Amino acid sequence: MSTTDAPDQTESEGHAHPTPKQYVNIAIVLAVLTALEVSTYFLDFGTIAIPMLVVLMVVKFLYVAGWFMHLKFDSPIFSRLMYTGLAFALVLYAVMAIVTLFDHAPTI
Amino acid sequence: MSTDVATTTLGIDHRKLGMWTFLGSEFLFFGAFVSAYLLYLDTTAGGPGVEIFDIPFTSISSFVLLMSSLTMVLAHHAHTKGDMRRMRMWILATAGQGAVFLGGQVFEFNVFFREGLELSTSPFASSFYVLTGFHGLHVFVGILLLSSLYVLSLTGKIKPNQDVKTEMIGLYWHFVDIIWVVIFTVVYLIPEIAVIG
Amino acid sequence: MSSTTTERKGYSGRPRKLDGFTGWLTTTDHKKIGIMYFLTVLVFFALGGFESGFIRWQLAQAEQSVLTEEIYNQFFTMHGITMVFLVVMPLSAAFFNYLIPLMIGARDVAFPRLNAFSYWAYLFGGLFLYSSFALGGAPNGSWVGYAPLSTDAVSNMAFYAVGINILGVSSLAAAVNFIVTILNMRAPGMTFMRMPVFIWMALVTNFLLLFALPIIAVALFMLNIDAVFGGQFFEPATGGDPVLYQHLFWLFGHPEVYIMILPAMGIISEILPVNARKPLFGYAAVVFAGAAIGFIGFGVWAHHMFTSAIGPVARSAFALSTMFIAVPTGIKIFNWVFTMWGGKLRFNTPMLFSIGFVSMFTIGGLSGVTHAIVPHNAQQHDTYYVVAHFHYVLFGGALFGLIAGIYFWFPKVTGKMMSEKLGKLHFWTWLLGFNLTFGPMHLSGLLGQPRRTAVLPGELGATVELYNLLSSLGFVVLFGSALVFLYNLITSVKRGEAAGDDPWDARTLEWITPSPTPYENFHVIPTVTHRDEFWHRKYAEDEAGRAIPVPAGASEDHDAAADHDEHIHMPDPSYWPLVQTLGFFPFGYGLVFGNFWLIGVGLAWLVIGLYGWIIEPVAEGDDDDPEDHTPTSGARATATAH
Repeated sequence: MSTTDAPDQTESEGHAHPTPKQYVNIAIVLAVLTALEVSTYFLDFGTIAIPMLVVLMVVKFLYVAGWFMHLKFDSPIFSRLMYTGLAFALVLYAVMAIVTLFDHAPTI
Repeated sequence: MSTDVATTTLGIDHRKLGMWTFLGSEFLFFGAFVSAYLLYLDTTAGGPGVEIFDIPFTSISSFVLLMSSLTMVLAHHAHTKGDMRRMRMWILATAGQGAVFLGGQVFEFNVFFREGLELSTSPFASSFYVLTGFHGLHVFVGILLLSSLYVLSLTGKIKPNQDVKTEMIGLYWHFVDIIWVVIFTVVYLIPEIAVIG
Repeated sequence: MSSTTTERKGYSGRPRKLDGFTGWLTTTDHKKIGIMYFLTVLVFFALGGFESGFIRWQLAQAEQSVLTEEIYNQFFTMHGITMVFLVVMPLSAAFFNYLIPLMIGARDVAFPRLNAFSYWAYLFGGLFLYSSFALGGAPNGSWVGYAPLSTDAVSNMAFYAVGINILGVSSLAAAVNFIVTILNMRAPGMTFMRMPVFIWMALVTNFLLLFALPIIAVALFMLNIDAVFGGQFFEPATGGDPVLYQHLFWLFGHPEVYIMILPAMGIISEILPVNARKPLFGYAAVVFAGAAIGFIGFGVWAHHMFTSAIGPVARSAFALSTMFIAVPTGIKIFNWVFTMWGGKLRFNTPMLFSIGFVSMFTIGGLSGVTHAIVPHNAQQHDTYYVVAHFHYVLFGGALFGLIAGIYFWFPKVTGKMMSEKLGKLHFWTWLLGFNLTFGPMHLSGLLGQPRRTAVLPGELGATVELYNLLSSLGFVVLFGSALVFLYNLITSVKRGEAAGDDPWDARTLEWITPSPTPYENFHVIPTVTHRDEFWHRKYAEDEAGRAIPVPAGASEDHDAAADHDEHIHMPDPSYWPLVQTLGFFPFGYGLVFGNFWLIGVGLAWLVIGLYGWIIEPVAEGDDDDPEDHTPTSGARATATAH
C-alpha cells in the first residue's frame, strides 16, 4: 500500500545504529574539542584564534547533529529540514548585519 | 490516527517529522538574537561589557550541558533495547545535568547583576540577557519534558516499544545543546578575544 | 450524523459528543475547525470593516474632526492588524484546514489536537488584542510598530507585541501540522507532481510561516522587553538602533505578504481550470513559480526601508531583487490567462471573482514594480500611493481569491448552492466599490497625501479632497455589497438549492465525497494514478482530445457498505486544547502589564493544560493504546483513536 518514497525499513532507525561505546567516544571527542576552545582564553593563538574557534564550533555542531541527533543514519529529509532553516538563518542575518554595519545617512 | 511508519507516505513517524520541522524554525529564532548581540557587542553605554564574563566558570557549565547530550542519547539507546530502568536512569542524569547548567546560569546572572550589568543597562546587556535567558528557558522546558518522560514511563504511558517519544525529546535536548555550542563560542569566547584580546 | 461508539477507559475520559455545542468546543475534526475559523473571520472582518468605515468618514473631507487623533490612530492600527492577522491569514487557514486532508486523500491532519489548539489560540489572541480598547487603549503605532515610538507607553504597543506573538504561536503550530500532513499523509499514488496546485501553495505558505514567524517573535519580544521591562534594544539614548527593529520586522513582513497571497493563488489555480474545462496551463511552471516567489520573498525585505538609512549599496541590491520577484509572479499570471484561453468558459460567481483576482492583482503588482525603483519610492513612501498598492494586492488580490474559494467550496461544505444572482450582484458591486475606494488613492498619494494622518490637510487642495470623497463613497458601496454577501451566505445555508457531490464538474479529490463531507471524509481512501485524479475517473479522452464521460461507478465514494478491512480510526474530541489556550490570557496580560505573578499563573496554566493533553487516554488502534486490539473486518466508522 506504501506509495512513493517509503524506504524499506520498519521503524525510524537506520540499519546502522551507533553503540553506546561509539557514543562515549563521540563525547570524548567533544570534550577534547571543548578543552581546545577554552584554551584560547588562556593561551594566545594570535590571528588564527577566531577562525579556529569557528571551525571547532562547526565540528562540534556536526558531531552532535550527525551522531547524537542521528542525522547521519536517518532519512535525508530531516537533514534537509534542519539545514534549510540553518541556511536561511545564516544568510538572512548575515545580510542584515552587513547592511546595518555599512549603513550611512541617506544620500537621497 | 496511526502514526505507525508503515502507513505514512514518507515512511517516517509524524512526530519525528514534526519535531525536525519545528527545530528548523528555531534557528531563525536564536539567529536573530545572536545577530542583535553581535551588533551590540560594543554598545555598552558606559556599563560593563564582555570583560565581565568568567570564561572558566562558563566553560564548566558548558561542558556539563555537552555531556548531558551523551546521557540523553544513552537513554534513548536503552529505550530501544526496552530497558526502561536504565532509560530512566539516564533521563534523570540528563535532567540533572541540565539543572546544574541552569544553576550555573542563574549564579552567573546574579554575579553580573551585582557587578552592574542589568537588563536596562545597555543594548549589549539587554541582548546578552535575553539571548542566554531564552536559551535557559528552552533548557528549562527540556527539563520539564525529561521529567515528564521519566514519570510517564513509570505510569506506563511511555511503553518499551515507543522509543520514538524519547527520541523526539532527545532531538529537542540535543538542539538546545547545539545552540549553546554556538552561543558559547559566539557570545563568550570570540568576543573575549576580539574585544579584549 | 456519524455514530460515536466509544468505550472510554481512564480516569479522565475523552468527550464523546461530535455534535452540539460541546461537539464544537471539543472538536479535533479539521472540517469543523475550518468552519470555526471561517465564522470567526466573518466577525473580525466586520470589526476591521467598521474601523475602516470610521477612517473613511474622517477623511471624506478636509480638516474634519469626527474622530480624535488618538482614536483615529488606534483605528487605523487595529484595522491593519485585524485585516492581516485576524482576517486574511485565518481565512487562508480555514481553507487549509478544510481542504488539505481532502485534497490529498487523508482523513484528518497529522496532529488533530494541535489543530484545535491553533484555532483557539487564534480566537483568544484576537480577543486579547481587542480587549486593549478597554484596558488603556488599543495599539496606535501602526501595524508595523516601529520603535522607538512603539516602545513608549503612549503607543499601547505592549498589547500589539504580546497579542501578535500569541497569534504567531497559533500559526507556527499550524505550519508544523500542515507541513507534516502534506509530506506524510498523502493517499497512495499521490506523488508531489500529482498534488493539486492549492496543496503546493499551501506547502510553500506553511514553510514561509515556519521560517518567518520566529523572526517577528524575536522583534516583538524585544519590543515587549523594551516597552515593559526596561530593555534597551531600540533605545537611542544608550546606543540602541531603531533600524534593527525595522530589519527584524520586515524580514518577517515581506514573506508575510506572500503568506497572504499564495493561498489565494492556489485557490484560483483550482477554480480557473474547472470553469475553463481544461487543465491548468503549465502546472509545473505554476508550482515552480510559487516556490520561487516564496524563496525570493525572503530576499527583498529592505525594499520597505529604502528611506531608512541603509545606504546606496543596500538600496540597489534590494531594488534588483525586488524587480526580480516580478518574474515568477508574471509567469503565474500568464499561465492563468492561458488556462482560460481556448477554454469553454463558464462565468459563475467563483469564476468572476477569480478573474477579478487576476486583473486586480496585476494592477497592484504594477504599482509594486514602481515601488521597486528607489527614487520613485522616495516620493511614494508614506503616501496613499502605498495604501493603494497594498489594497489592490491584498483586497483585489487575496480577498477576491479567498471569496472565490468561498463560493466554490460552499456546496461541498454545506451541501447547498449559493445564489448565483446574489453572487453576481455581490461581485459587481464589490468590484465597483473596491475600485472606487482604492483607485483614487494612487492619485491622491502622488499628489502628496500622507498615510496614517488623522486629518486630511486642506492645503493639499480640492482634487485630493475629491479623491478622498470618492474613496469614502466607495466604502459605502462596499458596505452594501458585504451585506448582500452575508445575506447570500445565511439564506443559502438555510434554503439553498441542493448541490450534490460535484456541482461544478470539478477535478480534485474533495469532490469525490458526498456533500456535505462526511465525518470520516472518504469511505475508502482513493488510490491516485493521475494529477486531477477525479477528472480522470470521470472522463477519458477521445482521439480529438475531447473529454468523454466514463460510465458511472468509478467516480464517487458513496458505498458505505463497501467491503474493506480497515477499521476507520478518527481522532477523538478533546477539551484540553481549549482549556490550555485559555492560559494565554493571564500570561499575556502579565507580559503587557509587567506583572510577574500573572505571567507565572499563565505559564503554569499553559503547562498544566499541556499535561492534560498528554495524559488523556487515547483509544484503540493508536500505538498508545494500553490494550491489544486486532482490527476486525467489515465496514465501521467509529470515533476512536487519538
